[in-house]
Amino acid sequence: MASTRSDRVAPLGPIAARLAYERPRHARTLWGDAWRRFRKHRLAMAGATMFLFLTFGSVAGPFVYRVPINALNFGASMAPPSAAHPFGTNDLGQDMLARVMYGGRISIAVGFAAMLMSVTLGLLMGSIAGFFGRTIDLVLMRITDVFLSLPALPLLLLTIYLFRDPITRVLGPQLGIFWLIVGVIGGLNWMPTARLVRAGFLGVKEKEFIEAARSVGVGPVKQIFRHIMPNVLSPVIVSATLSVGAAIITESTLSFLGLGFPPDVPTWGRLLYDAQNYLDLAPHMALFPGLMICLAVLSINYVGDGLRDALDPTRVF
Amino acid sequence: MTRYIVRRLLTAVPTLVIISMVIFGILALAPGDPLGQLAANPDVPPEVRQNILHQMGLDQPIPIRYVKWAASWATGNWGYSFASHVPVVRLLLQRLPTDLWVIGTGYVIAVLIAVPVGVISAVKQYSLLDQVATTGAFIGYSLPTFFTGVLMIIVFSVRLHWLPFIYNVQVHDPVRMLKQAVMPVAVLALFQSAALTRFVRSSMLDNVGQDYVRTARAKGLAQSRVIVRHVLRNGLIPIVTLIALQLPTVFTGAVVTEQIFRVPGVGSLLITSIQNSDTPVVMAIAFVAAILVVLLNIAADVIYGALDPRIRYG
Repeated sequence: MASTRSDRVAPLGPIAARLAYERPRHARTLWGDAWRRFRKHRLAMAGATMFLFLTFGSVAGPFVYRVPINALNFGASMAPPSAAHPFGTNDLGQDMLARVMYGGRISIAVGFAAMLMSVTLGLLMGSIAGFFGRTIDLVLMRITDVFLSLPALPLLLLTIYLFRDPITRVLGPQLGIFWLIVGVIGGLNWMPTARLVRAGFLGVKEKEFIEAARSVGVGPVKQIFRHIMPNVLSPVIVSATLSVGAAIITESTLSFLGLGFPPDVPTWGRLLYDAQNYLDLAPHMALFPGLMICLAVLSINYVGDGLRDALDPTRVF
Repeated sequence: MTRYIVRRLLTAVPTLVIISMVIFGILALAPGDPLGQLAANPDVPPEVRQNILHQMGLDQPIPIRYVKWAASWATGNWGYSFASHVPVVRLLLQRLPTDLWVIGTGYVIAVLIAVPVGVISAVKQYSLLDQVATTGAFIGYSLPTFFTGVLMIIVFSVRLHWLPFIYNVQVHDPVRMLKQAVMPVAVLALFQSAALTRFVRSSMLDNVGQDYVRTARAKGLAQSRVIVRHVLRNGLIPIVTLIALQLPTVFTGAVVTEQIFRVPGVGSLLITSIQNSDTPVVMAIAFVAAILVVLLNIAADVIYGALDPRIRYG
């Protein structure tokens, strides 16, 4: 049908033709501008590099550094860092570098999965509430308020403690706990996103271009996703970035309290938890995983900070 | 104003009812049997188990259990701990002083650090001090408390032997009491002050560019007076509400910090109760936390209105 469509387009006037011709060379899109501004933010670039390095190291590292994470060696238990064990060993003589890399995979995966879940929920709730308004808005925002008043940490600990065993039986120890933690973190953190999105929708849906879209018969779904959502996405991207770091911290906190992954799944928080009793004999057991958590969270926060500046179209450089 | 407060309090009631239903529902629907240990014991015949269940009212449907629970909770009867057979209220009151002392001090110190640092770094924006403070706040905010706590134990207890790393309530010697509180207080103060400094700074920056500040300067006021009397008074309004919103943790405990330093506060009570399936205690702590959050949310809005005459409540 493409031919019938182009047939209807009026021939371009000389100026329009020149614009159409020149546009690709000088195209300045919103995202292009954002990227240019982001690159100028040196700390944000450092954060992005660091985070990519950590992610890459966790994902690809075990293929290069092929030491098993669970090989026991009581002869070399709690050995300080050396050439054979760059991060030392733990109380069972297991290699810490291998465990830290493996733990990074899980911690970072939890961070992203929980972020995706909370952002999806927040986008859905916020856009529906903001777009349809009236009773739907009222009901959804009351739900949001209730969720905001829930005591997050007690509820988090409680849910995981109570549902840990049954979900483990269904999905297996690793996958079961993974989805439980992701689900609980995501399910308790979507509210700020929902509010941001709703506020954005309330502003944008009154704009003329939405009226124009409506007048040519664009349906509500397409209006929401195609026309309004791209305009409210900037603050959501920033808060999504920051929530990856927050989710990594929450997962580590849960594991640190002994309510996260089982002992044979070494996430960064779990490694710290295991190290607690050996702080006097083997401080390296705590330092390396702790350092990884800090580096990951710090670098993500710097990326979020840079994105906040970069995605603000009112900022002029 | 009174009408506003009354209306907010009235809308808080359904919110709290829903929250209590959620918490109760999670506990009631959770798989697992509160008498699981009895069931596993071959010496206890099933009839006896059934009798105990009946006595505790656990054989009734969940909605009826909820109504009974809510009615007795509202009259102040919070039940007994399964683990220690002590009334839940007394258990909580035992733990509260430790939290007020350790966490309260942490918060006070955090405010005392954050406000001056935030103000100075906003007033001298982009100065060396501002950059040091902003970076420090950013790092302090990104470091999880469990890592700073562990780090402090390694440095000050394990290496330097300056401070004890286990908090002991039996200690009554004032010097030792102070020494054992240093690290938990410092961990909390570091994190809170970092978060708060960022807010103070941005709130002050929102105000220093305003027209009324130029007017104050044009009147010939000294810089210090402009900052303290004009900018600070406006800049602190959102900060006061932020502090009010964070107050619940003073009562419900800082779970992580208490866990690291073995501080016997409400937070560690929560953890042990969850691990012991001590439902009445868990329920009480979670619900008290919810009440505090809801009430302090209202308080924050009321304070905001009282401090900022531009805001009128209808």
